[in-house]
Amino acid sequence: MIALLIRDMRLAMRAGGGFGLGLAFFLIVVTLVPFGVGPDAEILARIAPGILWVGALLACLLSLDRIFQLDFEDGSLDLLATSPIPLEGIVAIKALAHWLVTGLPLTLAAPFFGALMHLEGSGFSWMFVTLLLGTPALSMIGAFGAALTVGLKRGGLLMSLLVLPLYIPSLIFGAEAATRGMAGFNANAPLLMMAGITAGSIALLPFAAASALRVNLR
Amino acid sequence: MDFSASLTAETLTVTRGGVPILQNVSFTLSPGQVLILRGPNGSGKTTLLRTLAGLQPPLAGRVVSDPETVTYGAHADGLKATLSVEENLQFWASVHGQTDITPAVEGFNLTGLVHRPSANLSAGQKRRLGLARLLVTGRPIWLLDEPTVSLDVPSVALFADAVRAHVAKGGSALIATHIDLGLEADSFDIGPYKADPANAADSNDGFDTDGVEGAYL
Repeated sequence: MIALLIRDMRLAMRAGGGFGLGLAFFLIVVTLVPFGVGPDAEILARIAPGILWVGALLACLLSLDRIFQLDFEDGSLDLLATSPIPLEGIVAIKALAHWLVTGLPLTLAAPFFGALMHLEGSGFSWMFVTLLLGTPALSMIGAFGAALTVGLKRGGLLMSLLVLPLYIPSLIFGAEAATRGMAGFNANAPLLMMAGITAGSIALLPFAAASALRVNLR
Repeated sequence: MDFSASLTAETLTVTRGGVPILQNVSFTLSPGQVLILRGPNGSGKTTLLRTLAGLQPPLAGRVVSDPETVTYGAHADGLKATLSVEENLQFWASVHGQTDITPAVEGFNLTGLVHRPSANLSAGQKRRLGLARLLVTGRPIWLLDEPTVSLDVPSVALFADAVRAHVAKGGSALIATHIDLGLEADSFDIGPYKADPANAADSNDGFDTDGVEGAYL
């Protein structure tokens, strides 16, 4: 399984692997919003958590179809499915690899990009914490959506439509926790809800995604 | 790895897209045996191999084998273009708990290519790399779907040698192919097993092996 993780990471880092794509998209969103909304620091600071979360979510969505599609096309997925690694493990590892090359860099970069949004004081740490707890769910739910649509031509659109509604709870609770935290209120409730969604996704979705893959490999 | 594994198909009915295409397929692949799967294009060789490999469930009947003993070699080689020959092989070796890729590299004459990204390989070289993967899985039963596509004559001989060495160790292989590999092998023609939902009674009578029946799809 470690070998699979290393391979997926290596593929992402190599030319055309898609590493940096999400990050660049995130940077574009965060840079453009102040131009669109205007330079009012107060407004920007107020909408910052929401914009950063939406940006992270869309950046994550951008690279989802790579999780299984490329392996499906070149036959690797058939070979992986007959390998000693259980399909559930393959899904979990590939979701982890996706998070390590998109979710984690986004989380680490968010505080810096937050400066463009006039994020202040405790805002940086709140963005970091909420994204750290929330983005694993984005990768896991995304892996499930990718497993459902693997093998479909132009499956990316269908996958986005399937996955976006499932992302909304994470987005609501994540942005809410960050907003409340920055305003100095108690943010435990949304933070725990979001962490619960993440934990639930990681526990359940590998099994659902593996079943979807089995059907799609037929 | 136990190299004395066998694979048995018992009255297997396989489907493609939900439509039965072969029915009542029964045979046993014993350790040390090479079975050549014969049948015209579109007759269901790939579907049968995928069913035997456990990638799709049979409609009826069953496959008796330990999934951990079977490896499948498809039309696609499962190579990553940006990884080198060595990295590709090393990956499949580690996935299957093996460490030594040298015999596979040497067996398929890839020694001079180990550091080359597989994007820069020719079609035949890619195929050799795909076949070398079989050796690093360490599994006794090979299910191969037209393994010699795009191989030149010396490479086909390399492949035949690899199969011979594999069989000598007690392994076995089921190979769908249209060419003569020069192997000592039994032949298994899937023609008589063609599923014919409209006229099922007539579909099992003929055992002609020349494969020129007009009834094929």
